[in-house]
Amino acid sequence: MSTTHTVEDGFPEKHFLNQGTTFKSWATTIDHKRIALMYLVTVLFTFFLGGVFALLLRIELLTPGPGIMDAQSYNRVFSLHGIIMVFLFMIPALPGVFGNFMLPLMIGAKDVAFPKLNLATYYIYVTGAAFAIWGLWNGGVDTGWTFYAPYSTTTVTKVVPVLIGAFIVGMSSILTGVNFMTTVHTLRAPGLTWGKLPLFVWAIYGTAAVQVLATPVIGLVTLLVAAEAGFGFGLFDPARGGDPLLMQHLFWFYSHPAVYIMILPAMGVVSEVIATFSRRQVFGYKMLAGSTLGISLVGFFVWGHHLFVSGQSTFNAGVFGVLTMLVGVFTAIKVFNWVLTLYKGAIDFKTPFFYAMGFLYFIIFGGMTGIALAVVSLDIHWHDTYFVIAHFHFVMVGSVVMGFLAALHYWFPKMFGKMYSDRWGLAAGLFVFIGFNVTFVPQFLLGNMGMPRRYYQYPEVFRTLNVVSTAGAGLLGFGFFTILILLVVALVKGKVAGPNPWFSKGYEWNTSSPPDMHNFHEVPVLVDAPHAYEKVPEGTLKAEEEAKTEAEGAHHHV
Amino acid sequence: MSDASAGTGFLEHAPHFNNAAHEKRAAQMGMWLFLVNEVLLFAGLFTAFFMYRFLYTDTFRFLAFAELDWVMGTVNTGVLLASSFTVVLAVQAARAHKSKLVGIWLLATIAFAGAFLVIKYFEYSHKIHEGLLPGQYFSYDLSESIAKVKADPEKMLHINDANINLDQVGNGAPMFFTLYFFITGLHGIHVLIGMFLLGWMAWRAFKGEFARKNDTPIELSGMYWHLVDLIWIYVYPMLYLL
Amino acid sequence: MNELIESLSWMNDLLFMAESTSTLAPKIDFLHWQVFTITMLAFFGIAAVVIGLYIRYRRKEDHQVTEIFHPPLWMEAAFIAVPFITFMAWFTMGFHDFVWSRTPPKDSLDVYVMGKKWMWKYSYPDGPNMVDTLRVPVGRPVRLLITSRDVIHSFFAPTMRIKQDALPGRYTESWFEATKTGTYPIFCAEYCGLNHSTMIGSIVVMPTREYDAWMDDAKRNTYASRVDLGMTDQQATMATQGARLALEKGCARCHSVDESNASLPPTLGPSWVGLYRSERTLADGSKVIADEAYLTRSMMDPMVELVQGFPPLMPSYQGILQSGEAAALTEYIKTLKKDSPTKLGAR
Repeated sequence: MSTTHTVEDGFPEKHFLNQGTTFKSWATTIDHKRIALMYLVTVLFTFFLGGVFALLLRIELLTPGPGIMDAQSYNRVFSLHGIIMVFLFMIPALPGVFGNFMLPLMIGAKDVAFPKLNLATYYIYVTGAAFAIWGLWNGGVDTGWTFYAPYSTTTVTKVVPVLIGAFIVGMSSILTGVNFMTTVHTLRAPGLTWGKLPLFVWAIYGTAAVQVLATPVIGLVTLLVAAEAGFGFGLFDPARGGDPLLMQHLFWFYSHPAVYIMILPAMGVVSEVIATFSRRQVFGYKMLAGSTLGISLVGFFVWGHHLFVSGQSTFNAGVFGVLTMLVGVFTAIKVFNWVLTLYKGAIDFKTPFFYAMGFLYFIIFGGMTGIALAVVSLDIHWHDTYFVIAHFHFVMVGSVVMGFLAALHYWFPKMFGKMYSDRWGLAAGLFVFIGFNVTFVPQFLLGNMGMPRRYYQYPEVFRTLNVVSTAGAGLLGFGFFTILILLVVALVKGKVAGPNPWFSKGYEWNTSSPPDMHNFHEVPVLVDAPHAYEKVPEGTLKAEEEAKTEAEGAHHHV
Repeated sequence: MSDASAGTGFLEHAPHFNNAAHEKRAAQMGMWLFLVNEVLLFAGLFTAFFMYRFLYTDTFRFLAFAELDWVMGTVNTGVLLASSFTVVLAVQAARAHKSKLVGIWLLATIAFAGAFLVIKYFEYSHKIHEGLLPGQYFSYDLSESIAKVKADPEKMLHINDANINLDQVGNGAPMFFTLYFFITGLHGIHVLIGMFLLGWMAWRAFKGEFARKNDTPIELSGMYWHLVDLIWIYVYPMLYLL
Repeated sequence: MNELIESLSWMNDLLFMAESTSTLAPKIDFLHWQVFTITMLAFFGIAAVVIGLYIRYRRKEDHQVTEIFHPPLWMEAAFIAVPFITFMAWFTMGFHDFVWSRTPPKDSLDVYVMGKKWMWKYSYPDGPNMVDTLRVPVGRPVRLLITSRDVIHSFFAPTMRIKQDALPGRYTESWFEATKTGTYPIFCAEYCGLNHSTMIGSIVVMPTREYDAWMDDAKRNTYASRVDLGMTDQQATMATQGARLALEKGCARCHSVDESNASLPPTLGPSWVGLYRSERTLADGSKVIADEAYLTRSMMDPMVELVQGFPPLMPSYQGILQSGEAAALTEYIKTLKKDSPTKLGAR
């Protein structure tokens, strides 16, 4: 593995954070790393906002009857929570923050393929978010984030601004996908063949493909529903021959692949983290890369499992059920491969590794409950109950957020050059882990009991489990705050991290921490596969590699 | 749009690419991916159209025959094909570094696009006048239209050939027009966007920006324009001829 | 098999499962226990492996070198085959049960269910109409024909393990056979607005004799027994059904639906052409807009908002028109526009 000549031990004098300190240098930056940080600040804000609304919901649900708000407000709050979390956090966060920051570093490129477009996607995202939040605040919406017609087309709350906001955010997602796919195809450093691509890059690539192909459909759906709600012409009004089920099909055609946009990058992060902290490349690299593409592809064909009891035909239910099982197999393959990576490894249980293990826990239960739901007969009982809510929070919060936190703790020293307290990192992680379980395991049980979703009031018999769940939510929120504080403290007075505090052989550790604005001063030649821990450490091979670099000359792979 | 060559000088390319050819390949790939995304945007509408057509076959086929002017549709198709041809000529001119000629062919393309929209305007205004409007605004008397067709032996010949059952016509008529306006409207918006894009390119062309080796922006714009044309090639038979 | 399911029923308590009160419930529960058990075994197995590997392979030094090897083909095949076969086995069992749950027996008792914001209405063919409480006999299959008056609802009876969305403009079907007497909850399981969470009903399962007695009593006291809302044609819109009803119920005898029919005598009641959303002047001089609410009120209690210039002759259709039928007529009236009345009754 080649290292650049200017990787500074310790804290570099010039790096992307201080090369240009005016507001303008940030606002008009085309540096992917700065754009990543701008995304980070924004998604942390949206996550916090969505989280506040979640806490409000849980507080209301402490009591079977009315609590701190009325029914209409409750309906708006759960819609707020869902829309903000899905469209303004889950979809943009991992690609926008870590895809942006790490992708070029991991393939030895100086930036993404279209840097100005990259900046544009950030501003488009912020515009869409502002529109959506303004719309949500101003008389909108009480439809839930799934805005099924005909409720969404006939409700008195204003859906049009929020739908437009979602449309705009979707544009940002599409353009990010275009950018990242092109980057992976055209900007790999010399020597970096597809077979040596870091698994996080495979994950981002798979995610980008889904972003490009699936998002236009939700764009269309927002336009159609907005047209019907706002102007009265649409395709879903049964009185005029329309079919409300068509809306569900079009909606889920995007929204199911969307959840793979959320989870694939997190899976990529877990691959990187497990590789680094067990000092082994993941057990079956080809299987993992293949499963990533498999999830990406097959994820497009399973949307009907959201419609088993919706009025869809029995035959369709069968087809979608089988395909959903297929997608589950890919995840199972990944879990086995991750676990076996530990075999004959050299494991160091640091905070990022804790989050990777947490991810494993959540993906096993989240994934298996997903398979359980795909067993069509069982879905009859669980559909639209708290069982489904628990399932998707296990995969979306449990797995994706764990993945996000793993990425944050893994790459924090690379991004900022400082190190946080590992003890506090583990403690905060434990709060989050326990808090999460206390919040959502009772919800599986509530679903079994038959408590439906989106219920403002509920029969007395559901009270105890709801109270337990709310207690967990409090702990979960506290855990997130602890993380925020420990990272801010690290930013301000953390120890210097150095270029490679984890002794990782991932490609992104080839630069200083924080990296220089242009990432590398010379184009790296990436000869070894990433995470090649079977090789003897640097010293002996360096001379060989320097000779190779000079002989070949620097040309990017296209 | 691609930022690959905006604002860079002669033979320059963004620093993270090896050379101009490398950058061009990336720009083309990016544009192809974007076009794939556009296809999917329309795919949802096409799916909806075919679904409703399956449900309301006779109504849809009758309305396509009786209420859509296939002459206007065919002329429009020809107009767009011509515009694709002129945009190809613009790309050729760009490759030959003839900036002014690029501008001229682009203007011709924009003219054809404008003609397309004008013809569409006539079609729309006729429909608005008749009450053939989407969803809740549909206020057309189908029975009158059916009677008119019954009275015309030539038209009845077609109806019988095509096995359209006039008694079944009625349900789902608002759906046909919702889809008609949505599909042609969304396409029209893309035509308009294309006109602005090509207009911007034409302005740059007349400023002489394509007198050197700098054909990528024209090529990418041309690709977008071809997609707009291609979508119409699918829309036209789907709406007018089926 | 049934004994096995019986002996494992304590698992329902462990899992907080709702009571099991139908013939479908044990099938679903049995598969649920299998999925749960195997999932837990897999999890604990994997957890044990992870913990064991961690303990055995802890890092000894920062730049420790590790051995590289790739998974053998048989292992890769196992990683694919074991989950695939397990998941497909579960799918097959589940789909078999699903098809069973979608196939009502031929001798089922039919009940029409209509969800509307925010209540459940039931109609028994040749029987009474009920709100929120569905009475059924024990041990007899009941087929539910479900529709919605407005937005999508979902009929969910957790103890029976049935759930089916109620769609406007369409009928969906579900069926169950209750195995125990008692009262069990019905929830709406598709978000439908403000009072979604109070759209709660109950199924009262009665011993057969008690049910028959109740039904006889109810039949004697009810005027309306038909509830056909266009069941013959699932594709018919509400407006088409309304057009048919207008003829069937005799509305067209007093209200014209077609301005061009000059040969008919002037109508006894206001014409329906252009009625919807027009401004009406009432007998007492006040003005009102003829919206859906007005139209429905006029059908149910015509004397309250009598239109100026017309004799007080219209009878009330309360009890004669079901709520769905009134809705269908309203939809039909909405299509009758001035200058271009549409003839949707053609089908």
